[in-house]
Amino acid sequence: MDGNRSTLRWLGRNGLILLPPAFLLIFFFYPIISLFIISLAPDGVIDLSGFADLFKTDYYLRIFLFTTGQAALSTLLTVGLALPGAYAFARFDFPGKSLLLSISTLPFVLPTVVVAAAFSALIGERGLVPLHLEGTLTIILIAHVFYNYALALRMISSFWATQSPRIEEAARVLGAHGWRLWWDIRLAAIRPAILAASALIFIFCFTSFGVMLILGGIRFATLEVEIFRQANSLLNLQIAAALSIFQLALMFALMLVYTRLQAQTSTDIQAAQTVTRKPKTRGERAFVGGNIALMSLLLFAPLIALLVRSFRSADGWTLQYYSALSTNVRGSVLFVPPLEAVANSVVYALATTVLSLILGLIAAYGLARRGRLSALLDPIYMLPLATSAVTLGFGFIIALDEPPLNLRTSRALIVIAHTLVAMPFVVRSVLPALRSISPGVRGAAATLGASPATVLRLIDLPLIGRGLIVGATFAFTVSMGEFGASLFVARPDTPTMPLVIYRLLGQPGAINYGQALAMSVILMGVCAISFLLIERARTLGIGEF
Amino acid sequence: MTKVIWFTGLLILLGVFAVSAQENVLTLTVVAHDSFTYSEEVMDQFEAETGITIEVLRLGDAGAMINQLILSRENPLGDVVFGVDNTFLGRALDEDLFVAYESPALETVDEAFIVDPDHFVTPVDYGDVCLNYDVAYVEENDIALPESLADLTNPEYSGLIAVENPATSSPGLAFLLATIAAFPEDADYTYLDFWTDLVANDVAITEGWTDAYYGEFTRYGGTRPFVVSYASSPPVEVLFADPPTDIAPTGAIVADGMCFRQIEFAGILQGTDNPEAAQQFIDFLLSREFQEDMPLQMFVFPVNGEVELPEIFTTYAAIPENPVILDPADIDAGREDWIQAWTETVLR
Repeated sequence: MDGNRSTLRWLGRNGLILLPPAFLLIFFFYPIISLFIISLAPDGVIDLSGFADLFKTDYYLRIFLFTTGQAALSTLLTVGLALPGAYAFARFDFPGKSLLLSISTLPFVLPTVVVAAAFSALIGERGLVPLHLEGTLTIILIAHVFYNYALALRMISSFWATQSPRIEEAARVLGAHGWRLWWDIRLAAIRPAILAASALIFIFCFTSFGVMLILGGIRFATLEVEIFRQANSLLNLQIAAALSIFQLALMFALMLVYTRLQAQTSTDIQAAQTVTRKPKTRGERAFVGGNIALMSLLLFAPLIALLVRSFRSADGWTLQYYSALSTNVRGSVLFVPPLEAVANSVVYALATTVLSLILGLIAAYGLARRGRLSALLDPIYMLPLATSAVTLGFGFIIALDEPPLNLRTSRALIVIAHTLVAMPFVVRSVLPALRSISPGVRGAAATLGASPATVLRLIDLPLIGRGLIVGATFAFTVSMGEFGASLFVARPDTPTMPLVIYRLLGQPGAINYGQALAMSVILMGVCAISFLLIERARTLGIGEF
Repeated sequence: MTKVIWFTGLLILLGVFAVSAQENVLTLTVVAHDSFTYSEEVMDQFEAETGITIEVLRLGDAGAMINQLILSRENPLGDVVFGVDNTFLGRALDEDLFVAYESPALETVDEAFIVDPDHFVTPVDYGDVCLNYDVAYVEENDIALPESLADLTNPEYSGLIAVENPATSSPGLAFLLATIAAFPEDADYTYLDFWTDLVANDVAITEGWTDAYYGEFTRYGGTRPFVVSYASSPPVEVLFADPPTDIAPTGAIVADGMCFRQIEFAGILQGTDNPEAAQQFIDFLLSREFQEDMPLQMFVFPVNGEVELPEIFTTYAAIPENPVILDPADIDAGREDWIQAWTETVLR
């Protein structure tokens, strides 16, 4: 009855199915468990008083409640705002669609400091809208929506596009209208994708770090922030380890629930080829236009503010920040020619994308077959996302220090760290589509003599293709934006674009500041072009899928 | 298909081993924080003269660096470390990370900088953390400069000051230490009383230097004309001014007791296979060539008393006459409690 079986068997026969768990075991569990052991048993005897300390006062409880509350609120807001947009992108054709999609993903790569600068140009005492939101929950929520909108938009719309509109038509004929049509038919059909996007966004906001520290002001703290403070600043590894374990356990439990929910959602819906059309009625045009307007306000305005600021000096318009990027005034070794930074970033990002696509796709095939094992493995694949960067970075230092895994100072470690974070995106983007492929189709193809590769190419790929593109885009983005972990990974001198931005922002001076903004704009440009190319890959070779 | 995937995996593994297998007897690995930099030509000269190849491994900020050194003590990441400052020195010495070495070059260094009498670490540079102000703002609004830390709680500075969180920022911690020296724990008016008043005076607290300076400071679009930064920031502002200027757009307040002196040290790491090369490198850090290069590279002051400062520093940088200097052992003993107490007073 399981249509995945032939592909799965093929993967199993070659031992490939073991790759993703092995990867996680070596590069995730081994490092963090080593760190936990050293932290909790510095003298060889396990000392759990760190956990007891967590419950002595209500300090950590309050942090926990705040962390959970803001994450839930952020997730609801983001998914709620992105849903209509996802429908518009899944069902309608309009000019500039892929460009809009590409630009909407850009916030994901921007360092929080830069985003804060863009926001303050728009909202704030000296901004266009003179509101004082600094250090409020409102600005945290706005920032979380800004960062995660595209994630919800892309995951949901790519899945929606594979759902046949014929069901909707049938429902309409049978009398479903208005909210019933939305609730019972449209939303029910895309529940797997909504759940998948919500899970990712929730984890993201739960472990929110930069947004909390920089935009929230320091009165707001998440568990993640507290782990960083304890580990990095107070050198209190015991409490940090206790908090990390608590956070991981919590995320694991949450993902278990999520996996259960996901398993209950119907997957009998026949996946179909996409049908998109131009908006016809005035209502449809207003709907599409309204969503574009919302995206412009929410996502594009800060990006444009950043663009404008990178060309403005006290004297008016200028290109000098861009030209300053490529001159090494002081003969400093920290100077990085911009092209080199671009090349470093792109190489790391491509390696990360390839590795996480291979591992993520294999993992997704394993998970698509429902069962106890996959119900347990599924949440485990999400754990790296819920692990604080300091924990992972310190774990690498301790665990990966002996041959054959002497990787502490290797460039490969950066790719590995990025892949750990990128893989869940691939899994989550592909899995809903993979599960909705009717088993009969694959079974029939196999019976008729199609090889697993042929089944993959002719049946699976056209249906999971969109999800794969979304997964690849975010894997690439995770690496380009240097998400978390890699900042704590020791590295020889291969500075990437975000690192150059951080370096520039670490020194006073108008030229340094301007250069940091200019580098951010270049980062956005490189990403926007890459996203368009990844999107284009869909039509290359294999035909439209 | 299977072959392709296995082949790719194999290639990745081989690449990993190839990178990790590179070993050169004459390579000296210098562990440093992210801000460590120098002129290429100065290091090229050292490498040419000694035949030693220097590889720099940057490990994040000073706190992250110390942590990683402690965690990797059994199997050290490098031969030499640069950039342990006096706020973390006590901890680093406690952990027994270093091999003692008394460099002959220390004779050029003022006694005051030689904090560790056993020479496990060698002072290399120093810098003073103090309030900076926006010159134009202060002149336009006719604001008098504060003359002591106590002045900062006066209503005329209400809403005008930004400082960094000592739990996450190195200048933030330095500033907290200056306030502890000014208002000791056993005084009638303690540092916690001072901070309570400072909060009542609407001080802004940020996570790190970058968001204080580029986020809160009036010079970069913020609303606070006073920000905790370094005494060397004003000359750097001139150096990177846009448009170029002869007048410093910012100033540093270096009145007695208002600045905390950070001293950065280098040390030879336990377990090094190249102790002699490591010693040569320590000597080099104190040499005229390197010390002269530092101010314009890392914006710090040389400890070598024979070195002349660059013109932009002599013109625009103020050096406090009486900065706060605390014993690293005392800092280490108090740091965690102070930060905790500060957090509870200021943030809750």
